[in-house]
Amino acid sequence: MSREEILKKVNEIFWDVFDDESIVVTEETTAADIEDWDSLTHITLISEVEDEFGFTFAMKDVLGMKNVGEMLDIIEEQI
Amino acid sequence: MTGITFTKLKKNCKTDMTGCREYRLAVLGDCATQHLATAIQGYGVEENMAFKIYDADYNQIDAQLLDPSSEFCQFGAQFALIYMCSEKLYHTFAETEDKTGFADKIYQKIRSYWDLVNRQQLSCSIIQFLFVEFDDRIYGNYAAKTKASFLYQVKRLNCLLMDGAQEIKNVFFMDLNGIQLQCGREIAYDDKLYYIAKMPLSTAVLPEVAKQVTDIVKAVSGAIRKCVITDLDNTLWGGVIGDDGLEGIQIGELGLGHAFEEFQIWLKELKNRGIVLAVCSKNDENTAKEPFLKHPEMVLRLDDFSMFVANWEDKASNIRFIQETLNIGMDSIVFLDDNPFEREQVRRAIPDITVPELPEDPAQYLSHLRALNLFETASSSESDKDRTQQYQAEAKRTISRQQYQNYDEYLQSLNMVAEVKPFDRFQFPRIAQLTQRSNQFNLRTVRCTEAEIERMAEDDRFITFYFTLRDDFGDHGLISVVILEKTDSDTLFMYNWLMSCRVLKRGMEEFIINKVIDTARKEGYKRVVGEYIQTPKNAMVKDIYEKLGFRNLGEGRFEADVEQFVRNRTFIVGSEQ
Repeated sequence: MSREEILKKVNEIFWDVFDDESIVVTEETTAADIEDWDSLTHITLISEVEDEFGFTFAMKDVLGMKNVGEMLDIIEEQI
Repeated sequence: MTGITFTKLKKNCKTDMTGCREYRLAVLGDCATQHLATAIQGYGVEENMAFKIYDADYNQIDAQLLDPSSEFCQFGAQFALIYMCSEKLYHTFAETEDKTGFADKIYQKIRSYWDLVNRQQLSCSIIQFLFVEFDDRIYGNYAAKTKASFLYQVKRLNCLLMDGAQEIKNVFFMDLNGIQLQCGREIAYDDKLYYIAKMPLSTAVLPEVAKQVTDIVKAVSGAIRKCVITDLDNTLWGGVIGDDGLEGIQIGELGLGHAFEEFQIWLKELKNRGIVLAVCSKNDENTAKEPFLKHPEMVLRLDDFSMFVANWEDKASNIRFIQETLNIGMDSIVFLDDNPFEREQVRRAIPDITVPELPEDPAQYLSHLRALNLFETASSSESDKDRTQQYQAEAKRTISRQQYQNYDEYLQSLNMVAEVKPFDRFQFPRIAQLTQRSNQFNLRTVRCTEAEIERMAEDDRFITFYFTLRDDFGDHGLISVVILEKTDSDTLFMYNWLMSCRVLKRGMEEFIINKVIDTARKEGYKRVVGEYIQTPKNAMVKDIYEKLGFRNLGEGRFEADVEQFVRNRTFIVGSEQ
């Protein structure tokens, strides 16, 4: 799967989790850019990404990822 | 598992639930419960239940329960969910020196929570989560042999809780162990979520937990399933009786027979606990009955069924016939059939009925149906096992009625005798159960737990009655409950009146009201006031007070003048002690 394809899938997960199809995520998107992205939603997001791509994040990744780009790095590495 | 994701449940929470029945539920936990609360709210939407949830802050159980001015105490919860997680329990265990006394100590603490809830909120049911049992492998398998192990103590704690709740009637359990066994620890738990956010349950398991919480809430609120209607060929046995013959059907030793045998054992256990069974099959009646009469390996026999309908009509019509004869709600019926076409036809024709999918392989019938948790209940009583006989007698009455020219003659022929008694200890469970189960003949739909029934029985401000009815065909048992409240020195208010629909149109309601008025007269009251509170299901009693001689005061209230009251005609004879 190419990085663009992963980003596209991740974007769709964002639509689903935040119930908002106007969200456009980029490599640079951070929690500060999306209003409802708090620690609780972060957990839902993590669970959905794990489900979609079929792997589990390590705890340090859940806590450490700074933007969507870093999330994509981990996904690329895992799948 | 439910097949619904947490994200879907979260979206559900935005649904406008105006017009749906409201359920007030408080969540108290020693871990992070926000997602659990969201999941319950969202699952309620799937079931047309409008949950109003108060989710207490993290680890606030003591503070919320002890302070009468706390948010919890002010919230007016109908349900208090207490979720204490095993992860935290393990911490406390590790810090405890007296390991062997650990479970008892924690039990006392939880017991005090229950007592506090009951002191603060009069009609609140408690949903206590049982502790998930896990072993820390400190002792290996020897853990089961030493009382000092966590495994031993957590198992003991669960047993203490279950034992303790025998005497506290408004405590119900959510068994997380069952869910863990069903889907596996790997799915049910996500350790990192607990370390990061103090959330012990995984996102994947939340919908199932939410489903079972709503199952409990529904059962406590009176929505329970009462009847299983089952197909025969390839459902109760392998093969087709009409084609394969008595020796050819697979039950017991033959072919796939053991799977069907286990399935029949399960249905028989359901019957023994009060679920009524009926047959609905496309077959000639005599052919269909043959295995029940002659096959030595059949577990179920004809007398296990309240009704046996085998013909070539369409199944939906036959199901309607069964439902009308037994006089129960369509939404309390489960229909089992191996044929997807029949299932779909019944689902389309009868939206309220429950028609679970059945797996193609009969080996999977049982585990599939068990996982659906279709028969949640909030009470059980000794008389449950007699229910099949009662419904069988009902079917015989229906046939007998057709022989009489006029209805009065028929009623007289029944030789009906009713018994009237104030609530007594032996009947508390059945009385509470009836208040929870009755939906149609229920004037105010006041649901009561056993504890509340007991309180009212002992409270001088109330006069309580239960009624039984028997006739030549059999004993209906306890079929009606009346609770009269002494609102002032002249007035008795019918705080609760409900009756089992099994005894409709027998003159029982006339008999009951006569008794109420007699009591009022004897005790010196001038009037009896009744009230009708409308629900989606109780339209049948909308006009009952007027029919029985009460004056309509408007706004659902009715009044009878004790002095001028004209007794209602009834063929029922009282047998007061």
